[in-house]
Amino acid sequence: MAELIYDQTGRLLFTEEMRKEYTLLIPMMLPIHFELLTNIFRKHNFNVELLKTTGKSIVNEGLKNVHNDTCYPALLVIGQLIEALKSGKYDTNKVALLMSQTGGGCRASNYVHLLRKALKKNNMEHIPVVSMNVSSMEKNPGFKLTVGLSADLAVAVCYGDMLMSLSNQTRPYEIEKGETDELIAWYIKELCENGLSFAKYRKYIRQMVKDFSAIPAYRTPKVKVGIVGEIYIKYAPLGNNSLENFLQSEDVEVIVPGLLDFIMFMSDHHAADTRLFEINKKKGYLSSITESLLKRLQRMQIRAVKGSVFTPQCEFEHKKSLINGYVSEANKMGEGWLLTAEMLELIDSGVDNIICTQPFGCLPNHIVGKGMIRKIRTAHENANIVAIDYDPGATQVNQENRIRLMLAIAKKRLDKSMPNGPQDYKIPKKVSQEADNNENMGVLIQ
Amino acid sequence: MTANKYALGLDIGSTTVKVVLLDKDNNILFSRYERHHSNVREKALTLLKQVHEFIGGGNITFCLSGSAGMGIAEEASVPFIQEVFATSGACDAFLEDTDVIIELGGEDAKILFLTGGQEERMNGSCAGGTGAFIDQMASLLSVSVDQLDELSKSHTQIYDIASRCGVFAKSDIQPLVNQGAKKEDLAASIYQAIVNQTIAGLAQGREIKGNIVFLGGPLTFQSGLRERFNKTLKPEVTNTILPENSLYFVALGAALNSREFPLMSFDTLIRKFERAQTPKTKLEGLPPLFNTPEDYADFIARHEKDDVHKTDISTYTGDAYLGVDSGSTTTKMVLIAQDGSLLYSFYTSNKGEPVSIVKKVLYEIFALCSDKINIRACATTGYGEELMQNAFNMDFGIVETTAHYYAARHFHSDVDFILDIGGQDMKCFKLKNGVVESILLNEACSSGCGSFIETFASALGQDIASFAKEGIASKAPVDLGSRCTVFMNSSVKQAQKDGATVADISAGLAVSVVKNVLYKVIRAKSPDDLGKHIVVQGGTFLNDCVLRAFEQEVGKEVVRPVISGLMGAYGAALYALENVTKEKSNLSVALLDEFEYNSHAGMCKRCPNHCRLIINEFSGGRKYISGGRCEKSLGLPKTAELPNAYEYKLKKLLSYKSVPGKMGKIGIPFVLNMYENLPLWHTMLTELGFEVVLSGVSSSKLYINGQHTIPSDTVCYPAKLVHGHIEALIDKGIDRIFYPIMPHNFNEGLGDNHYNCPVVAYYPELIAANVTKLDLSTYYMPYFVPYVQRNFQANIAAFFKKTFGIKKRETLAALEKGMAEYEAYKKDVKRFGQEAIEYARRENKHMFVLCGRPYHIDPEVSHGIDKLITSLGVVVLSEDSISEVGNKMNVKVLNQWTYHSRIYSAAEFATKNDDIDLVQLVSFGCGLDAITSDETKSILEDNNKIYTQIKIDEINNLGAARIRLRSLFEATANKQKTR
Repeated sequence: MAELIYDQTGRLLFTEEMRKEYTLLIPMMLPIHFELLTNIFRKHNFNVELLKTTGKSIVNEGLKNVHNDTCYPALLVIGQLIEALKSGKYDTNKVALLMSQTGGGCRASNYVHLLRKALKKNNMEHIPVVSMNVSSMEKNPGFKLTVGLSADLAVAVCYGDMLMSLSNQTRPYEIEKGETDELIAWYIKELCENGLSFAKYRKYIRQMVKDFSAIPAYRTPKVKVGIVGEIYIKYAPLGNNSLENFLQSEDVEVIVPGLLDFIMFMSDHHAADTRLFEINKKKGYLSSITESLLKRLQRMQIRAVKGSVFTPQCEFEHKKSLINGYVSEANKMGEGWLLTAEMLELIDSGVDNIICTQPFGCLPNHIVGKGMIRKIRTAHENANIVAIDYDPGATQVNQENRIRLMLAIAKKRLDKSMPNGPQDYKIPKKVSQEADNNENMGVLIQ
Repeated sequence: MTANKYALGLDIGSTTVKVVLLDKDNNILFSRYERHHSNVREKALTLLKQVHEFIGGGNITFCLSGSAGMGIAEEASVPFIQEVFATSGACDAFLEDTDVIIELGGEDAKILFLTGGQEERMNGSCAGGTGAFIDQMASLLSVSVDQLDELSKSHTQIYDIASRCGVFAKSDIQPLVNQGAKKEDLAASIYQAIVNQTIAGLAQGREIKGNIVFLGGPLTFQSGLRERFNKTLKPEVTNTILPENSLYFVALGAALNSREFPLMSFDTLIRKFERAQTPKTKLEGLPPLFNTPEDYADFIARHEKDDVHKTDISTYTGDAYLGVDSGSTTTKMVLIAQDGSLLYSFYTSNKGEPVSIVKKVLYEIFALCSDKINIRACATTGYGEELMQNAFNMDFGIVETTAHYYAARHFHSDVDFILDIGGQDMKCFKLKNGVVESILLNEACSSGCGSFIETFASALGQDIASFAKEGIASKAPVDLGSRCTVFMNSSVKQAQKDGATVADISAGLAVSVVKNVLYKVIRAKSPDDLGKHIVVQGGTFLNDCVLRAFEQEVGKEVVRPVISGLMGAYGAALYALENVTKEKSNLSVALLDEFEYNSHAGMCKRCPNHCRLIINEFSGGRKYISGGRCEKSLGLPKTAELPNAYEYKLKKLLSYKSVPGKMGKIGIPFVLNMYENLPLWHTMLTELGFEVVLSGVSSSKLYINGQHTIPSDTVCYPAKLVHGHIEALIDKGIDRIFYPIMPHNFNEGLGDNHYNCPVVAYYPELIAANVTKLDLSTYYMPYFVPYVQRNFQANIAAFFKKTFGIKKRETLAALEKGMAEYEAYKKDVKRFGQEAIEYARRENKHMFVLCGRPYHIDPEVSHGIDKLITSLGVVVLSEDSISEVGNKMNVKVLNQWTYHSRIYSAAEFATKNDDIDLVQLVSFGCGLDAITSDETKSILEDNNKIYTQIKIDEINNLGAARIRLRSLFEATANKQKTR
């Protein structure tokens, strides 16, 4: 059995030996992405398991183990991990926990420490906690974010974003219910078996666009709703009471900004420091390299989607340019300026209906979320934004009632735009594939 | 379109069901409303059947609306419209020239702006100001809602009551009740709180003017509430109306909207509702409290043993001792004999008149005693301790912890953990060798859990005993969450709609209360952490469900005395017995005979705090003034001036004088990190030739002035105050405001990093986006990153060059002076700390480190808690007056916020000094303190120190803080005695 080794601060390390013997448990956030990420870790010789558990018992475990005023995501993630450890499914002498650590002035940087406290409370201090971060906090000999691993993870994130975006734009319109989800399942399997590398990236994303376009769909206009907010709550069904499902059941097309933007936002921190304050120059240089690579991945996505029936993601730099006059790009705790940018970008692209989600009492969201809504509304009178708090005690009825009000307004506007009903609507002429090719393809190939 | 037929609208709200039938010309043929007491499905069907009877069937169009209608619409597959939307539709059709609609419902509050940019708003998750809130407040004052309305009309003054949520408001009202405030004034204050909440929280700065329409139950039935609105909204620009059928607008909107849908036969509709009588969703229940009736019988038998010996008062002769526990919602009185046995006991709800109740019962007791029993001493405890002691000249007044310990010890001599859940408060104390080792009291959010069960039972028309009895039989208690009673209340309503039985709710509430106390108040690491010998008490534990839930959750058997609800009074009586020195109590029938009492409101004008006071005058010229924060307001002679770091820091910061200069005036809001960085900016700007104008000291008036631009109602109070300070600067005619953004702090070497919290860091940006009065071209919020000195200088120089054309050399010279002043200020605070410690040691005084953030010295934020401490004879230190620079603590969390690092360091300092204890001030909504408070607690407790936390918000209730501080003071005093 692997020896327990501690660093000089007394932190239990995840050793090379553990990497071979232990199973790393990963709490769920984004169903599609995390399935793919899990497989990247496997490819890099980690034993990992993604926790797909749901239910009230996770919340209860969280309430028991985390200070109740801590943010809801911490409560859920720690609750999910502790519940798994107590379930008896895992040998607690051969298991470690993987958690992402964002760093920065938001209290989310402390999740890893809160998890350790929870372990101690349950006499499970011998279980190592592995922090996954890009700020070189807490190093572990058995877990290193190597260039190869990072690159693969980035590709998996992009696949996830593509699948999420294309399926969200297909599912509400599909004629045969369930076809979209079948295609996602097929892709997850296919990508995990064959596609998890940069070399195959372009081929697969182009194929995705083709395959999703091929799903027979009747594209009558529907209410479009964007979901933005604190990263866990906006993505994780466990955190937002399955908000996407609820909206889909209300016949809505859901738009969720991709995870890649958040990663680019994170990696931009040091570069921004350099640009704005001339500090962190070394890190700033490195991060600008990472960023340019990520931007390339994003551009490839955008090009693959352009010209199809689908709306592509928006370029990171464009998104950032929208915050001018709202917040500074130096505002980077939590989701920072990105959250404001996402709301503005949605409106910019014609999606006026937005749900801004956050854990009850989320600190950065006071500023960049709820704090910016008034100004956005003043500048864009069509903006139809509702802020919803999530919390173990908040009732779904109250949340849904507020969302329904937003939906009712959206629906009324949609109906107004088509006085004679859906027959008013004409499918916009498809942009010709060639035109697009002429403009962009030359740059893309090689 | 089907406009030539009957249109039926049904509105199922959170408390009532309303139905409206329209003819083809939109005339109302039939309308009715009824309270549904959560039997929503049944009531909806009943009302539909009444309409059916009225028109005798046929074809109709139908639409459902209302917050409780959502699920039912789906299950019955009938058309549904969101209620706000329905309202606006109805207003379009039935009202002319409406600008704003204010609609208050059972659980929701809404405001609709119809002209000048249509907008619909609903209250957020925490916001109060609804019908349910009024119901709660009425029951708190023991009046009906109608009586409340009547009372409000003859008020003479209005108190500030936190309007944000019901729990907070209750915490504000409770002490006012106990202090003897008049019900008339309270009623009007409650309405005013709703008005403030609606205008500030809901309208958020958008001006309410033009033709205002009131809708919904509370505004329809309560003219006093409308009057408060009329008084508050500017009458010059508003004209308010209560339209006919103001109750039915949602239903009307639904009826109008139904015309969008195909006709159906009324019989089909009825059948649809009949089929939807039982909800489809299955509730996820918790394990039952008792598996079998035998379990319950064993449980009862076990707890019946913990009884107290009783002596018949009619046969007893000799000395007796009286204990009075004047609690927040109830009054308890106990008379015991020389051997500690119980002669007489009394328990009743205060009904807002604690003094007259005690007087009445005292008469009764004297009558029972006649000549054969001599009341030798009496003691009083609880919230109303001081009031009672003053009113009736009682011999002893003791702090609650002491009273409870005396009582618990009587039942279990080895007791090491006492948990008391009363109506409003939860208290726990850990004991070691008879000395209180730590005290935990709930903060505002958890208060009222106990009385919530009672209020809820009475809403169902049951008394608490029978309600509890039902819970025992529950097979699957519902999970109702544990955040606060406002959230629990809406969870209960959701559960009821989903078909939960009364039994399941009763048991579920018990579990929720227990979880709240365990996970929010106690935060025990494990059940063993609580103690070996646990005594639970307080009125709430008389409920067997609560007791059982507690035993289940901690996995341990505990002692609940049969006189659980009387323990405070019993302990007080025991205290009187053990500490008596005289032969006869001060209290006598003669004194009661001449006892007269009246109370009136006043205001202290001895300092800028302007505390609102309640002056109780008793016969014999005795007076008790409450509501003040310090000796001054209470008309007491001032105790010797004790060192108070909070006061010192504030004075020091306010001593920076503005000097007129060539650059003209510039304003600085005195908020958040400015309480730390003012010396730097003030000195520097003055040096550059600016006349620095400070926004001033916070006050509740200043807060209210800025309230309408606060976008997030859950942000901390210190941040909310910023809005008022900015308005204050604008009102002073200052057109340039300097408020830099500082995500980082200066590096003090105390932690792994040196951040500010996100709110402190970026609040200037929020201000720019929300305070519309602000001229953004002269509102300066440059980003400064202070931890790399060279860049800090460069950034500042660049800013002043670009904005004011000041030369780099000049700026840097001024900055250097500013930095020097800032360092000098910090050093001076440390010097003060050092001198205060020396003083305390010389004078043999105890010291508290009041640990907070720099901005906690704002008297409006700390509510004068520092003064409260000095009034106890304790010296006040601040965290920054003792934290040693560079003393980096090895803590178990990421130690990366400068202000918080100081707290850890101060905690460590406290552990090394016997005569220093730590009190942490936590702002409600401070997310970071969820992390620091646990860590600080463990630093202290690992070193056998008591951790005390005081959570502060806009609520002004110092009663709880006072009890906490006194308990800490007594506990440490006792500790030192035993050493």
